[in-house]
Amino acid sequence: MANKRIDEPTGVETVGHEWDGIEELNNPLPRWWIITWVLTILFSIGYMVVYPAWPLISKGTEGIWGWTSRGQLANETKAAEAARATTLAALAATPIEQIPGDPKLLAAAKAGGKAAFLVNCVQCHGSGAAGSIGYPNLNDDDWLWGGNVKDIEFTLLHGIRQPGHDATRTSLMPSFGQDGLLTAAQISDVADHVLSLSGKAAANANGAAVFAANCVACHGTDGKGLRQFGAPNLADAIWLYGGKKEQVTASIHKARAGVMPAWGGKLDAVTIKMLAVYVHSLGGGEDFSEAPTTPAAADTGNAQP
Amino acid sequence: MHSPEPAPGHLDLYAKRKAVFPKAVDGRFRRFKWLVMVVTLAIYYGTPWLRWDRGPYAPDQAVLLDLGNRRFFMFGIEIWPHEFYFVAGLLIMAGIGLFLVTSAVGRAWCGYSCPQTVWTDLFQHVDRFIDGDRNAQLRLEAAPWGPQKIFKRGLKWTIYLVISFWTGGAWIMYFADAPTLTREFWAGDAAPVAYATVAVLTATTFLLGGFMREQVCVYMCPWPRIQTAMLDEKSLIVTYKDWRGEPRGSVKKAEKNPGAVGDCVDCNQCVNVCPTGYDIRNGPDIQCITCALCIDACDSVMQQIGRPRGLIDYATLEDCEIERAGGQPKPIMKALFHTRTLVYLGVWGAIGLALLFALGVRTQIDVSVQKDRNPPFMLMSDGEIRNAYTVKLRNMQTRPRLMQVTLEGLPGGVMWTDEMAREKAAREIRVTVAPDQVEVMRVYVVAPSDTTPQSFSFALKATDAEGGGDTSEARFDAPEE
Repeated sequence: MANKRIDEPTGVETVGHEWDGIEELNNPLPRWWIITWVLTILFSIGYMVVYPAWPLISKGTEGIWGWTSRGQLANETKAAEAARATTLAALAATPIEQIPGDPKLLAAAKAGGKAAFLVNCVQCHGSGAAGSIGYPNLNDDDWLWGGNVKDIEFTLLHGIRQPGHDATRTSLMPSFGQDGLLTAAQISDVADHVLSLSGKAAANANGAAVFAANCVACHGTDGKGLRQFGAPNLADAIWLYGGKKEQVTASIHKARAGVMPAWGGKLDAVTIKMLAVYVHSLGGGEDFSEAPTTPAAADTGNAQP
Repeated sequence: MHSPEPAPGHLDLYAKRKAVFPKAVDGRFRRFKWLVMVVTLAIYYGTPWLRWDRGPYAPDQAVLLDLGNRRFFMFGIEIWPHEFYFVAGLLIMAGIGLFLVTSAVGRAWCGYSCPQTVWTDLFQHVDRFIDGDRNAQLRLEAAPWGPQKIFKRGLKWTIYLVISFWTGGAWIMYFADAPTLTREFWAGDAAPVAYATVAVLTATTFLLGGFMREQVCVYMCPWPRIQTAMLDEKSLIVTYKDWRGEPRGSVKKAEKNPGAVGDCVDCNQCVNVCPTGYDIRNGPDIQCITCALCIDACDSVMQQIGRPRGLIDYATLEDCEIERAGGQPKPIMKALFHTRTLVYLGVWGAIGLALLFALGVRTQIDVSVQKDRNPPFMLMSDGEIRNAYTVKLRNMQTRPRLMQVTLEGLPGGVMWTDEMAREKAAREIRVTVAPDQVEVMRVYVVAPSDTTPQSFSFALKATDAEGGGDTSEARFDAPEE
């Protein structure tokens, strides 16, 4: 270290090391750089004190601020829930038939209902709620069990043909062919008659007679169905299990009985309300001009355990 | 502080800033600079306070960049986000305008109207106001810290801070109603971003204008580098006419020895007044922002010693060659308008005209349609086919307007919205669209069961006297059989 000297061309002192004639100038770092460097060290010490930093045997140091990433997530979730709480409380407090008349609640219910629909309903009804063979299309104006918001909510709460649920929507059409109630010829005739109701086949007198004897109790003399029994309207253009003759014949031969879970035991009351409003808003929802088919028990709107 | 004098051949990696204390000067260019400074600062600080009546449904601030509501107001023009190309067009015009100005009169932007130049100039006037002119400033700089220096520095920096704060404060006024924002700002109710913006702009103005000054132009700004590509031998630049000035010599020497010395008396006034501390006699350089103050300084010296003005002057390199050879320089207009400037002017004007044209023919009502694709179509129980659409009606005027939407094409088709009953479905519906808003409607269209897939249109028409309309084509899907 004894060879410190002033370097002639630069006028700067050398550090005193020399390797094969190569020397190093002692140009100190700029002061601002040193200060910044010291500050970063101080910052890192402070960081280690207040935040979790050092891994120990069983767990790490916790830091005096007690911050954890899980705690942060919990706080953010809580904040998000708090932000939604007022809207959800208002939805819970408002009778469902009044929600479509309140633009703010309607928008909230549609958005919340859509989210719940995409999680719980798309498996059968499809993401556009258009359904498929055997799974009703919820966009149209044809409702098996009623299409006003209260009817829809009731159907959601109690499900369709759910054993063990007293209020569940239930009806059962006999399997006319399988159980030997009608002959194949009779089934063919009555299928023609059913198709003729919507003008898809020529009138069939034999079929009309079979229909009058076996079907009118639920489907009505004009075949327009009865919502009390979930009996479909056979005179319209919509066919849940297909409107071709062989599809209709198959339905008469072996009755169809679709099911839907009772969501009352799975989702909370507000979510079901939002789902009902969302489904009602898809373009085919009915208002209350038609007599509701929902039993009086539905007024409680409570979920069945 | 002072390092030992470096040996010859020494190359500094880090040069310490040589502080510049420009001397006050008067003259034609200085007076022009005053004018530019007053006008640009007045525009900057004053514009947000201008009012412009737009009726009860729109803000009354003449220039307002309402980012929250995504509306730009500029006097009689209101820009919506989808018309942002007007802003892009203005920025392109600003760019080409800079090319035009640079190729005609050199770095005039740098010398006169760049905010860095204007605010530095302003702060240098504060320096002179507090500390006195160049010599007094130099003396104070060299003086040890004592009560007087502390007082003067404190006062000067306080004034810097006030100007900087005012500058930062004026900026945020462009983004909200100025009187309201001012009240909120002092009451502590303004948005945090307002305070943050003011703090950042106060800091940058204080540092860039008060302390960094010419270093911004020389080391930080990319524009001087780009400008060197813009300038050519036909551009007007500030030039020292060395064939006239050299060799330099005093007036006495010239009297003793007529003809042996040039006009330059080496008084250094041109360097003393330079805001970047450059010696223009070394030729054009990135340090020369062409503020032309050296021309004023040299002209007044030449006048005192009875020699013609213009030893330092605006001239093109071409003219310099002609003058050096003893010829007559071209008239100034010819220097300004040459091929390059005319091309820039043409492009600039064409874009401007295109923007004006677009502004003139733009529609202020608009319909756009988005079709539901899941499901693409629906069968209704009566056999009719339904398609659903999201229809947006845009009313860009600041008053409510009654609009009528009509189906064009699609025989037998009728429509209704989710806010009305299907029984009221018709081929046309009327909606009042709120001022300056977009009305979003969910529209259902049904057509008879035998309808095939086809195209049709939603036609929008304003029902008031002013009228206007728009059409948007849409697709009607139906089962293929």
